[in-house]
Amino acid sequence: MTTSTTESPRESTGGSTRFPLVLGLDTFGDHEHDAVDRPLSHAQTIRNVVEEGVLAEQVGVDFFGIGEHHTDDFPMPAADVVLAAIAARTKRIHLGSAVTVLSSDDPVRVFQRFSTLNAISSGRAEVVLGRGSSIDSFPLFGYDLADYEDLFEEKVNLFAELLKGGPVTWQGNLRPSLNSLDVVPYAEAGPFPAWIGVGGSPQSVVRAAHYGFSLMLAIIGGSPARFRPFSRLFLQALEKFGREPLPIGVHSPGHVADTDEKALEEFWPRWLHIITKMSKVRGFAIPTMESFRFEVGPQGALFIGSPETVAQKIAANLKTLGANRFDLKFGMPGLSPDSLLKNIELYGTKVIPLVRELLAD
Amino acid sequence: MSGVLIPSSVQRIAVLGAGHVGPVIARIAIDAGFEVAVAASGSPENLELITQVVMPGAEARWAADAAAAADLLVLAIPLHRFSALDPGLLAGKLVVDAMNYWAPADGVVRMFQGQELSSSEIVQRQLSQSTVVKSLNQIAYQDLEDGRRPAGSPDRHAIGVAGNDAAAAKLVGEVIDRIGYDPILLPSLSAGRILQPGGPIFGAVLARSEFELAIHTTAVHA
Repeated sequence: MTTSTTESPRESTGGSTRFPLVLGLDTFGDHEHDAVDRPLSHAQTIRNVVEEGVLAEQVGVDFFGIGEHHTDDFPMPAADVVLAAIAARTKRIHLGSAVTVLSSDDPVRVFQRFSTLNAISSGRAEVVLGRGSSIDSFPLFGYDLADYEDLFEEKVNLFAELLKGGPVTWQGNLRPSLNSLDVVPYAEAGPFPAWIGVGGSPQSVVRAAHYGFSLMLAIIGGSPARFRPFSRLFLQALEKFGREPLPIGVHSPGHVADTDEKALEEFWPRWLHIITKMSKVRGFAIPTMESFRFEVGPQGALFIGSPETVAQKIAANLKTLGANRFDLKFGMPGLSPDSLLKNIELYGTKVIPLVRELLAD
Repeated sequence: MSGVLIPSSVQRIAVLGAGHVGPVIARIAIDAGFEVAVAASGSPENLELITQVVMPGAEARWAADAAAAADLLVLAIPLHRFSALDPGLLAGKLVVDAMNYWAPADGVVRMFQGQELSSSEIVQRQLSQSTVVKSLNQIAYQDLEDGRRPAGSPDRHAIGVAGNDAAAAKLVGEVIDRIGYDPILLPSLSAGRILQPGGPIFGAVLARSEFELAIHTTAVHA
């Protein structure tokens, strides 16, 4: 039994600083409204997301991620198709999911789609696998929510096999076996980066380490600092399983505008609307201005404000969490395309350089 | 509820479940000075690293051993796993039910489908040889640590404690107080329905006065 493992948090979380700093943007394809608050069509929202991805590259964002969702508020069920469109119009930016709901998908198909994206983008694809905190895909594809953990465990196991390349032999309980089957397209240069999105379960952290996936901490409420033990747990679990250190990322929602006031003013009504709606389905409390202010403050999980405010908060949290990557989930159903494009521009031209400056020792 | 001896005080707490909720409860219990053991479905070896890093000070044990040694057990497993839990493990014990049933988020669990009983009444029916108290279920796990305040703080938050056994509920209330919340005692597991998902208190971080107002308002409109 080791006893020293918990005593030097700073030393052990420093492990991930060996990885380059990555600053990205994520969207859930949040349903956009026009300047006079009329909903755009789903189709127009999806076309706008393509433009947002292209702008992200132009302003110097490292990564653009799209999270799978299946609702009118987030009409984004086929993120990889949209990513492929962005890939065809960009050269440098990395493109991936945020997250792919693996529990209700087929790992072989997910692998093939992201391998294809990797081919189209000449090696810029990444995948972030999650169990999905939104559950809309389960009834849609005929899965039982009660099987949530078992489905994810088994499918992650298969996905790890697929990433190794070569003919796959695999056996499980919830999906037909594979017996030495070829899975194409072959990778040009090794597997694409694969991450597991973790919400708050230490067992998920250990699972990511066990299979050798990078760790994406999805911090969407409460104090980001409470995730610090998870970074330590990840690095120690990797060591236990005889693996090299792997990157640690953070995904959190937010909104950047010219000033703190403007950012809050644009974001709050949209946030209140969507969280109130989710509260009714999920049974939790409706946010108040007080709870919102807490989340926006230094102890909360929302990254909202001027470029300076958001950059300071990102830098502080990356340090606290020993993480080398931050993906800002921008947008909220009802925000206008102009507001989103401004957010992307400020994030790329102001927030990113500031964070780099703040973290350069 | 036969054969349950309610201890005069609580010193040893066993937390069953090491998912989202269990580790947070273990940490705040350790902070409050309790001896804490943690168990999940598997062997303690599988849990050792998680315990060391995420719940320093807690001891990873087999569920049976943790339960046998505990004055109070906290059930923090996913509700759809509850039917697989051996009630014998918890026989004779004071059990805090921190679980929630909310089909839209977690799926339908047949055992909990009926409308006439609260979820903790169903847990009590299954754990017929234990004394069940509903608590620690209503504040989101991500708020549970930051929400703690010392006794007497003007901004202290409240946590509901519902039980059929008044002595058991009172004891759990003392634990809640020591952890950093004002306990609000509800007279029965049935009355604990107000703490469930969809109710006025679930997911809310409320002061005692707001909590009591929510109970009162619900009672008036019920």
